[in-house]
Amino acid sequence: MSTTTVDTASPVLEARGISKSFPGVKALIDVDLKVRAGEVHALIGENGAGKSTLIKVLTGVYHHDAGELLHKGKLVSFAGPRAAQNMGISTIYQELDLVPTQSASRNLYLGREPRNRLGLIDFAQMSRDAEALLRDFQIHADVDVPLTTLGLGTQQMISVARSVALDANVVIMDEPTSSLEPREVESLFRIIDRLRADGVAILYVSHRLDELYRICDTVTVLRDGRLVHNGPMADLPRVELVSTMLGRDLESTPHRTRSAAPAADERETMLELRGVNWRNRLHDISLTVSKGEVVGLGGLLGAGRTEVGMAVLGAEAPDSGTVMIDGSPIHRVSPGAAIEAGVALLPEDRKLEGIFPHLSIRDNIAIASLPRLSRLGLVSDKRIDEIVDTFMARLHVRATGPSQKVGTLSGGNQQKVLLARWLCLNPKVLVLDEPTRGIDVGAKFEVRSTIDDLAKQGLAVLLISSETEELVDQSDRIVVLKDGRVVSVLEADRISEDDLIEAIAAVPAEQAGDNRE
Amino acid sequence: MSSATLPVRISSIDRRVALRWARDNGVYVALAVLLIYNIFFTPRFMTLENLNVQLVLATRVIVVALGMAMVIGTAGIDLSVGAVMALSGALLVQFSGLPAVLAIVLALLIGGLVGVLNGFLVGVVGIQPIVATLAFLFAGRSLAQLLLVGRNPSIQDQTILSIGSGKIFGISGLVIAAAVAVSLVALIMRRTTFGRQLLAVGDNARASFLSGVPVRRTLIGVYVLSGVLAAWAGVMDTASITSANALSSGLNYELFAITAVVVGGTPLSGGRVRVVGTVAAAILMQLLSSTLIFHSATDAISQMVTAVVIVVAVYIQRVRSQA
Repeated sequence: MSTTTVDTASPVLEARGISKSFPGVKALIDVDLKVRAGEVHALIGENGAGKSTLIKVLTGVYHHDAGELLHKGKLVSFAGPRAAQNMGISTIYQELDLVPTQSASRNLYLGREPRNRLGLIDFAQMSRDAEALLRDFQIHADVDVPLTTLGLGTQQMISVARSVALDANVVIMDEPTSSLEPREVESLFRIIDRLRADGVAILYVSHRLDELYRICDTVTVLRDGRLVHNGPMADLPRVELVSTMLGRDLESTPHRTRSAAPAADERETMLELRGVNWRNRLHDISLTVSKGEVVGLGGLLGAGRTEVGMAVLGAEAPDSGTVMIDGSPIHRVSPGAAIEAGVALLPEDRKLEGIFPHLSIRDNIAIASLPRLSRLGLVSDKRIDEIVDTFMARLHVRATGPSQKVGTLSGGNQQKVLLARWLCLNPKVLVLDEPTRGIDVGAKFEVRSTIDDLAKQGLAVLLISSETEELVDQSDRIVVLKDGRVVSVLEADRISEDDLIEAIAAVPAEQAGDNRE
Repeated sequence: MSSATLPVRISSIDRRVALRWARDNGVYVALAVLLIYNIFFTPRFMTLENLNVQLVLATRVIVVALGMAMVIGTAGIDLSVGAVMALSGALLVQFSGLPAVLAIVLALLIGGLVGVLNGFLVGVVGIQPIVATLAFLFAGRSLAQLLLVGRNPSIQDQTILSIGSGKIFGISGLVIAAAVAVSLVALIMRRTTFGRQLLAVGDNARASFLSGVPVRRTLIGVYVLSGVLAAWAGVMDTASITSANALSSGLNYELFAITAVVVGGTPLSGGRVRVVGTVAAAILMQLLSSTLIFHSATDAISQMVTAVVIVVAVYIQRVRSQA
């Protein structure tokens, strides 16, 4: 390992005081970053922390508003992604930028194919070169078949090999392992070690703590567009890393006084998941939510929280396991059937999965209850208007009237309209996926007190949130997920931010001991 | 804020409000302007007789365009409608031995069946609507040709012919036939669960799915309606020209229908369907081309004017994506 050179080597790529704003958002504020040769540098932060923006600035996709970029000590300004590539800054994206229908050799030499004397592509030479290059990386793949016939992991490694063949001195990897099998991850790590030995600087973005501690030397943590931590990876304990990354919510929201939470022996199970497996995202998930109870679902990004919600709603068919509502399994896997059985789900991405921007508030609220509000397929506008008026008033939706288009409302009011859509169904189980993300403080408070009221009225609430403070404040129990598994359940007196962060950061039992190779 | 920027901002808001008003009402204004123009400048145009003829000529486009409007409301498109019209005429000849009502019902059912196929390709298989429905644009017309090989294409049945040439209280059978279709579609869009779900699917398919809307069933349903309405237009067309013609019946009607829908103010991005606007636009396009003919303009000129109207309509629609 090159720990001795890390401190002395001058950075290959350095960002000084970078700021970048978009209309209405300050994505980066005065951020510094130094990536040195022979160093694997972790860049971490939650959604919206500014990681992607920083990567795009470093690779010439965006131009920063303030600050400077230095490459090998020289001030640089990238006219575009191409300019950054020419300087040896290479990016491996989550979505590969290879041509999937073409062979490995063609991809490796795209745009710089070896030529014969007639100026035509020398395919034989190209195949030989490609084979030599891949052998060098211990990648065993046929270089002449289309990439689509190779595994995703192999494709990713070919992408890495290409960047090395292009004489990259900085390789940026954006969640490279998110779609890889464990065996492929091992191969990728071998290649990363090899690049490090060759003196390449690597910027590594991932949410998987185990991976970060295994291969990274240095870590930079971003939060809300600002640099909040920078230092050697080994000096930052897991718990501190998680708390630094998630941050503490400083605004004071009233602490919940939950006397209504049912005692353990009085719980009346409303939602139950039994051994749910789904692809490689959920593994043997079992949990229960009782009448009048708020169960928090914690974990880092990609831990499988949203997937649990989608399984409850029947939006994805689990490979095995059952979802029971009020004691009986849902007869058919579809949101329609789950809604009929009493499930309601407020989705994580309000814009993409929730609202109908060009439809009125009235239509947005009524959409899920149309089957109940109509007879023989004919809608009763009178009943719809009654319900819409009731719920707009109850949830304090601020709008010019029920005919206003939802796309023109503020985020908080859109969220209230979505809540109204679900509450007017009078559900038994309510799944809330990041209910207060991206809404202002006032609306946040209203949404949170609504959740309290609902639980008091006997609803079973499953609350998914990235905000530790929200989970701790609102939940009667917290189920912590990690890599698609339930790793711990926090009950009554163990519910605190410290306990939660510790549970999220905990090293899985089987991996304890071999933390770093 | 400097005072200099204020007037600019106000005028840009004014402009947006104006554009939105133009989007919602432009087709009616254009129709009124055209009629007023004809009062003064086109002799013998504004007679009850001519206007009736114009309305009759627009009926088939109206019926096809209504189905198209609903498909476009789901952010789709149905290119098969013209071919379905031709097929429907050929089917009337094929079923000429059966009672007229039964023959018509069968033709409509087969139009609906084409819709099932289109809807399946779009909603279940997930092929883009433009490609999925393109297949039947070719297949439908060929099928109609095959059905008519060695047959006498003329229609003898009096019941069917009366749709084309009959009158009730002085109102042409074709106008009544179109009015039935307009009422049906207006009812669907204003009063039914299906109509609301169709708009939801068009505005945000993922959100519809997560809200329990049967997305696939809705998509199949909307293409079925489009197929049935196209078949109904085919019956009307065949009845009015008194014979089936696999080559010319419904030719380019998919394009006329899309034009009427767009000019009528229905956005191609889905989530909105304008029934009355579509009808008005179909009548507008018919009046426009005959006005030009009355003024001895050639067909080439007439098509250029159509092009200009489409561009203006699409320009006005832009305000939606900005709003």
